[in-house]
Amino acid sequence: VITPGHQPPWTDIWDAANEFYRRILALPPQASSVARKIDALHYFEITVMFAVAAGIAVAALYFVVRYRRRSEEDRPPRVRPSLLFEVTTYGGLLGFFLLVWVIGFAQYVGLAAPPPDAMDVYVTGKQWMWKFSLPDGTASTGVLYVPAGRAVRLLLTSRDVIHSFFVPAFRIKRDAVPGLYTTIWFEAPNPGSYQILCAELCGAGHSQMRGTVEVLPPAQYAAWLRDRMPRGGRTTALAERGRDAAARQGCLRCHTTDGQRHIGPTWLGLYGSRVPLADGTTVVADEAYLTQSMMDPMAQIVATYAPLMPSYQGQLTPPDTAAIVEFIKSLSNTTVAALPSKPTSAAPGGTSP
Amino acid sequence: MSLAIRWVSPPLPTRPPSYLDDTTIRSWLLTTDHKRIGVLFLFATSAMLALGGTFALVLRLQLLTPDGRLLDAITYNRMFTLHGVIMVWLFLIPSIPTTLGNFLLPIMIGAKDLAFPRLNLASFWIYVVGAAIVIAGAIAGGADTGWTFYPPYSGKTPTDVVPILIGVFVLGISSTMTGLNFIVSTHTLRTRGMTWMRMPLFVWSIYATSIILVLATPVLGMALLLIFADHAFALGIFDPALGGDPILYQHLFWFYSHPAVYIMILPAMGVVSEVVCAFARKAILSYKAVALSSLGIAFVGFLTWGHHMFTAGMSVFDAGIFGALSMCVAIFSAIKVFVWVGTLYRGSIALRTPMLYFFLFLFLFSFGGMTGVALASTSLDVHWQDTYFVVAHFHFIMVGGTLTAYLAGLHYWLPKMSGRMYPERLASVATLLVATGFIVTFTPQFLLGNAGMPRRYATYPAQYQALNVISTVGSWALAAGLLVTVAYLLWSLRWGPRADNPWGSEGFEWLTTSPPPTHNFAEPPVIAHPPHEYWRTPR
Repeated sequence: VITPGHQPPWTDIWDAANEFYRRILALPPQASSVARKIDALHYFEITVMFAVAAGIAVAALYFVVRYRRRSEEDRPPRVRPSLLFEVTTYGGLLGFFLLVWVIGFAQYVGLAAPPPDAMDVYVTGKQWMWKFSLPDGTASTGVLYVPAGRAVRLLLTSRDVIHSFFVPAFRIKRDAVPGLYTTIWFEAPNPGSYQILCAELCGAGHSQMRGTVEVLPPAQYAAWLRDRMPRGGRTTALAERGRDAAARQGCLRCHTTDGQRHIGPTWLGLYGSRVPLADGTTVVADEAYLTQSMMDPMAQIVATYAPLMPSYQGQLTPPDTAAIVEFIKSLSNTTVAALPSKPTSAAPGGTSP
Repeated sequence: MSLAIRWVSPPLPTRPPSYLDDTTIRSWLLTTDHKRIGVLFLFATSAMLALGGTFALVLRLQLLTPDGRLLDAITYNRMFTLHGVIMVWLFLIPSIPTTLGNFLLPIMIGAKDLAFPRLNLASFWIYVVGAAIVIAGAIAGGADTGWTFYPPYSGKTPTDVVPILIGVFVLGISSTMTGLNFIVSTHTLRTRGMTWMRMPLFVWSIYATSIILVLATPVLGMALLLIFADHAFALGIFDPALGGDPILYQHLFWFYSHPAVYIMILPAMGVVSEVVCAFARKAILSYKAVALSSLGIAFVGFLTWGHHMFTAGMSVFDAGIFGALSMCVAIFSAIKVFVWVGTLYRGSIALRTPMLYFFLFLFLFSFGGMTGVALASTSLDVHWQDTYFVVAHFHFIMVGGTLTAYLAGLHYWLPKMSGRMYPERLASVATLLVATGFIVTFTPQFLLGNAGMPRRYATYPAQYQALNVISTVGSWALAAGLLVTVAYLLWSLRWGPRADNPWGSEGFEWLTTSPPPTHNFAEPPVIAHPPHEYWRTPR
């Protein structure tokens, strides 16, 4: 009888097996919500693999001894396998391969889909350090502070060459590519500090491009956030900086923030909506789409709009890009007041912050 | 007797004429004889193996300590780049096709030479030019981008990648020529009676390899030229700061470089298929399964390149498709493994050195292949991508697979190529040393990858040291084993006891004398059935 508060008996056995496998395979601690599931697939595959290898070795050894050459005159008989034997063997193998693919791919899809309440952190790689920015403007270099038990979505980009954000204890890795935003998420249930390594060759400092994820208890994390605020003041929220950058770069001359149709689509309620495209398909306006629209506007033209927008590749710095994305996002949950739309004849956007 | 094969080995009072009779240097350097070109390639590619191997030993030495006291980071990065470039393009891709393939393919199909003998010689000299450019580039400074040349780093690196890019481009021309020559020869020069389903399995594997060489190499050439243009003229095709797309390069590069993996392993599979038949005195268990799976690998292998990019930000849907297709290419290799083991059943097995290498291949290749299946189950790749797990995986395939099969082939065909035998007992000991060295070097690297050590690290966090030390010690045993092997093989060329067909093999290449005469056969053989059908000739 399983009473509340008591684990079923197989939990202990499974825990012991998990720990045994983890140690002999030299895997790091399982410090994220997905690590244990991913390791379980690893254990399953490695067990089958050793069983198959042992089968091959035993069969080969047996044949070598049993059918060793006894005389130079040996002429072994002709042997032909039955078609049924071949089809079952190879079909069974392919079935196993596809089974591990199904399990693995389901997990991979999970790694790409953060829970809806995940907090966002913008990650910028540069030779040879990691920079982390929160939407409220708090930033840190080298150390990523996150609260325990909260899903965190990372939005990664790079200022120079390709880097790759890798936390072995979380079993996650994602490349940081200049000009693109890629995403990955994790949730660390327990406080602790975990190593960040760069996994894509990025030059002489590649192997020293290390960092730490500090997972803090929620109360301590709140205290850390408070301490980061400048004395007596407040940081400029990323969305506000984005509004300034959008004005400065002239974005607002074509895009409104109050829902009116102008030269380009409005930004109000854009984030997260399904956007109909000129080629008849639709796309969800997420960070990747918004970034692509800035860097390569001709790739996905919104239906009924003319393909007029110039590329901002090389014009917008990664921090400005992140800030503008965050500003557009804020127009969908209205944490920043929308600006009134300006007539086309408005003064060029030279307003400095 | 149903055997319609003419055995051309009458007991002659004097030694029969051989392709080695003319000994002038000019007759070697300007030869159009496929056998001599094969021998030239053997020496050239072996020199490159020695160079790339020396780099590997220095790399392993650097990794003895976490803080890397031997080399500074940029020198280390240059050295693993050269190790990769040399091993991939100067050794693994050309080795088996241009040496054993060149030497054996025409003999196995009963031809006098390849279809284009002069093109074959040109292929050798273009290889030499390409190798010279790469080595000159290495001496002049070398690149530190890794053998993959990923932009935008390859456009921003302080080192000079251009000579190496040009060298690799030139080597691609040599590969394409050789591939074309093999395809045409297989189609047009097969002797009387040799239908497609009677071809030796080694010919099938070389034929499949050649298809990949001809189809994939131009894409590599194109990608490298674009990188060159980016680097030299700041065109910005792959540089996001100039409006380019770095991921596009990765697609182009792996569209070649994934099939290139099969260029390296398919010929090895062909060698192993011949060796297992000869030493078990059995026809292959399932001829069609092995022959057609070579073609299967060649074609499906073109559709799996995206599995190198699961963490690069490709769409989830694409990742799933590439994962599933990778599983489908793995099945062809699995089929071969099962057929090889099955061929031993009820055979007459002689445990000579080529057979020892066969078992080493079987075991290491199975592990390499199965870890490949694990990598293709996408979620695990997220953890393993760009770690030592991947390094261990591909070294199991390329060293544990290709190099051991190559050694099996060199021992098996040494009498065919030189007319002499190697010392059997010493060779067995060296094989055990190579096996031990390999396992001790590369098994710890799987664990390092599990623990999360990224590849291409000149220095590393201290928790990874113990496994690195084991791996480095293993590399010394591996090097020692290979050195002993080279030494006795060279010794055998001059002092080895004479031999014609010491195995009693019924592969078609043994239908002529060893070493073969210049035009291979006194009279072209007529073929009535596939090779290695020992049950047809009861004694």
